[in-house]
Amino acid sequence: METLTIQLQAPQPARGRRAMAIVGVVGSGDLEVLAERVLAAEECHLEISTAIAGFGPVWQAVARDFVERRSPGGVRFSINDGGARPDIVAIRLAQAARLIEEDQPCT
Amino acid sequence: MHVSRAESGGDPVGSRPAGAGPRSWYEASARQRLDLLLDPGSFAEFLAPPDRVVSPHLALFDLPHQFDDGIAVGRGRLGGRDVLVAAQEGRFMGGAFGEVHGAKLTGLVKAARDLASTPVLILFDTGGVRLQEANAGELAIAEIMRAVIEARAAGVPVVGLIGGRAGCYGGGGLIAACCSALVISEQGRIAVSGPEVIETNRGVEEFDSRDRALVWRTMGGKHRRLIGAAGTFVDDAVAAFRAAAIECIGENGAIDAAVLAAEQERLDTRVQRFGTMEDGLDIWAALGIPDPKSVPGMPAETFIPLADQFGVNGHDAR
Repeated sequence: METLTIQLQAPQPARGRRAMAIVGVVGSGDLEVLAERVLAAEECHLEISTAIAGFGPVWQAVARDFVERRSPGGVRFSINDGGARPDIVAIRLAQAARLIEEDQPCT
Repeated sequence: MHVSRAESGGDPVGSRPAGAGPRSWYEASARQRLDLLLDPGSFAEFLAPPDRVVSPHLALFDLPHQFDDGIAVGRGRLGGRDVLVAAQEGRFMGGAFGEVHGAKLTGLVKAARDLASTPVLILFDTGGVRLQEANAGELAIAEIMRAVIEARAAGVPVVGLIGGRAGCYGGGGLIAACCSALVISEQGRIAVSGPEVIETNRGVEEFDSRDRALVWRTMGGKHRRLIGAAGTFVDDAVAAFRAAAIECIGENGAIDAAVLAAEQERLDTRVQRFGTMEDGLDIWAALGIPDPKSVPGMPAETFIPLADQFGVNGHDAR
């Protein structure tokens, strides 16, 4: 297993009030993304655990593109990867960001 | 124990969009099933993903873990009544039972046993025991079966819902057999040995696992309803499973020596009536179904009254 930690600065904090959201499944070609609002508002971290080693630069590129587009400040994304392609990773990250930005509060 | 509100979705449809058509049970993820099955917003998860209670074994095989180990357990409400509920995710390791996965279900059912009044729903979607942690998984199956029987002895209905991709195989099939009621859709399958296992052990002449029609008329939802293995057949829609589950949790799920004797007799009768038959079609003909060949292609609304008329009543014993 390879673990990667990517720490980025987000220009805007994530909207909404949810504390956490989870999307996806650790199946073949898919991944699960757990989003948790646990960081300072300008921080965004991605913690990736994957059995497919050697793709650090690709993860970096997808993560930078995602944070640039969505700016989910204050959110840590924890990823368990089942061998997803970069486009699936981008979609799951966007889904997790959208879900945690919903208005329904976490109790 | 961490308890958090459900706020999840396997795809963008995490909440209920207005005007959406019936949602397929088969296509939904475990978390989407919970979201749509229970009363809106009522699910509170035990050992939720942020707790990161993951398999201690998978990393040894260089396999990725999942934060819920492939099963979401918690409490919620169904038709206004408190329930304990577990949903297996069939797309993670085939929904298979590992050490943590199994312990979560054992704990849930034991809690139901101790509460002695709160029904349990098990949303099966499993190929059986996870081979990478087989000893722990096998032990978990035994513990869950014991807990289910103890819960039922305390008067708790334990209802299995079966209609997912992985079916309900291996130890999942054994646990299902211990439940007080089973709800199944056409896509659902119940068996212990799966098609590939039978073919591997006994040869393709015994069972051709690639013959999907054969698989379904041996293990599929319609056949299981007709021979009384599952009491309720529903269309592949979350709303249909919800309506059936509400009905089943209102039934008496208790087990005692008399119920067990009746169940044994029911199974003996099944072997006597159908034990020598080669194919599901022969059994359906023996049940008196006028055109058995038409059963696989039949829509749910046609099949349900047919099964009520000709099928074995699954509620006789259990």
